[in-house]
Amino acid sequence: MSEALLSVDNLAAGHGRVEVLHGISLSVAAHQVVAIVGPNGAGKSTLMAAIMGLLPRTGRIRFAGAEAGSTEAMVAAGAVLVPETRALFTEMSVRDNLLLGAYRHRASAAQSLAEVFATFPRLEERQRQRTATLSGGERQMLALGRALMARPRLLLLDEPSLGLAPRIVRDIFAVLARLRADGIAILLVEQNARAALALADHACVLEMGEVVLQGPSAALAADPRVVASYLGTGE
Amino acid sequence: MNLFVLLTLLQDGLTTGAIYLLLAVGLLIVFSVTRVIFVPQGDLLALAALTVAQLEAGSVPGTLWLLDALAVLAVLADLLAGSRWRALRWLPVPALVTLATLFGPRAAAWYAMPLGLAIITPFGPLLWRLVFRRAAGATMLTLLILAMALHFVLEGAGMVLFGPDGAATAPLTEAAFAVGPLTLSGQSLAVVGLCAALVALLRWFFGATIEGKALRAAASDRLGARLVGIDAARSGGLAFALAAFVAALSGVLIAALTPIGYDTGFAIGLKGFVAAIVGGLVSYPAAAAGAVLVGVLESLGSFWASAYRDVIVYALLVPVLLLLSWRGRRAGEET
Repeated sequence: MSEALLSVDNLAAGHGRVEVLHGISLSVAAHQVVAIVGPNGAGKSTLMAAIMGLLPRTGRIRFAGAEAGSTEAMVAAGAVLVPETRALFTEMSVRDNLLLGAYRHRASAAQSLAEVFATFPRLEERQRQRTATLSGGERQMLALGRALMARPRLLLLDEPSLGLAPRIVRDIFAVLARLRADGIAILLVEQNARAALALADHACVLEMGEVVLQGPSAALAADPRVVASYLGTGE
Repeated sequence: MNLFVLLTLLQDGLTTGAIYLLLAVGLLIVFSVTRVIFVPQGDLLALAALTVAQLEAGSVPGTLWLLDALAVLAVLADLLAGSRWRALRWLPVPALVTLATLFGPRAAAWYAMPLGLAIITPFGPLLWRLVFRRAAGATMLTLLILAMALHFVLEGAGMVLFGPDGAATAPLTEAAFAVGPLTLSGQSLAVVGLCAALVALLRWFFGATIEGKALRAAASDRLGARLVGIDAARSGGLAFALAAFVAALSGVLIAALTPIGYDTGFAIGLKGFVAAIVGGLVSYPAAAAGAVLVGVLESLGSFWASAYRDVIVYALLVPVLLLLSWRGRRAGEET
């Protein structure tokens, strides 16, 4: 059996002395979308940060057949996080933000830029603008575009639809479906559980820093506990 | 005061202003990337001036051995932190500089100045590695206390290595040009020209190269910089190297105009700091205007009330800080 692209085994991590994650295990296969749903404070963002090496952690994480290392090493190996805050360089131009996305992948920067502009024509129109002048939706496009500049094999997306208008959320999810079709694996943290489960192959429910349920997303979407807590009853 | 005196004072003010500009730029680079207020920049300036003066006298400066000691400490620190062969990266530059000092024509003025810069510039990344890197996540106050402590250590090192006497370095040029009643000194022109060229070079570096943009990115959003794979430790080292280089260059340039002792660096560095504050610690063009203002004010002050010239410069901080805090409060209310 081939190894998963990302495998997390018994991961514990936290902020300072407060442990937020207690023994998390999950895996993401190549070309797979895995959604993580759970209430606020469950540790979803902490999980993403711990995988990327932004927080001290214990347990075992393997990515692309090797032990996961520092943040820089993860980016170089093809794991890229788009955090909830987007963490864009707001005083710099759209184009410079994108080019810096390819900091560890400079040889392919020109080709990646053309591909990102093809995916998000809006970014090409605004490439000379200062990032601070972009709208929320454009910033999310730029954050995704900057991540794509690193030619990722795995995208870690933390709340990509947060604070966006419904029409833009649909656009973003359409792009995510296209990226999956292109063979990029995605680990997705999302408040909008319905959209997340519709896109994902596999899902985990995270509560109080532990995985309480996991399985194929269709099965989870039908699970009464998930329906009651995260999907609601009405449309 | 007549026009002749005024023009002479302006010339002096512009020359020192150009040097304050260099120091302000160094402070801004380090501060924006690492949140360290690099107080010891002034001490590096003094050490550079004294180093070049000693090289020109034909002897081997003590700062060379200090550099080698720091490099060895950095290797040990890296080994203790668990890295292996990468720890050796601290050695090639100090080794090369040591060889160049011991076996090169060090007394020749054309050789001494670049060699002095090469001795002092690596102090930046080494001090970053040994003093500041472990505290990278600390509060600005902790970083400031570390910076102050380092200032006293370096000042003491300057006293031990060079003694209490000041020293002057050879000017870049002895030329002088008569323009009407005014004598333009070649050194002044060279200082202003060199500073302008360096500022233009830094502008190009930060605006057009990927490494320069990566430094700006690290200054703009630390998390974002890490997430695109920019190594925070490397950005910090690069920022400190740039700051140490401009400090060393300032020291060499200013020591040809006025003698520099082990303890004069701090006051000069402080004036660079005033220039950076006048620029709001954010914008490079504003810092340039601030630097020229500080230089001219100091020069006019020393003519009218020479006992108060430092007071006049530092007093500039009061209205500027009031204005900045008032603007900051307004901006806070708007958001």
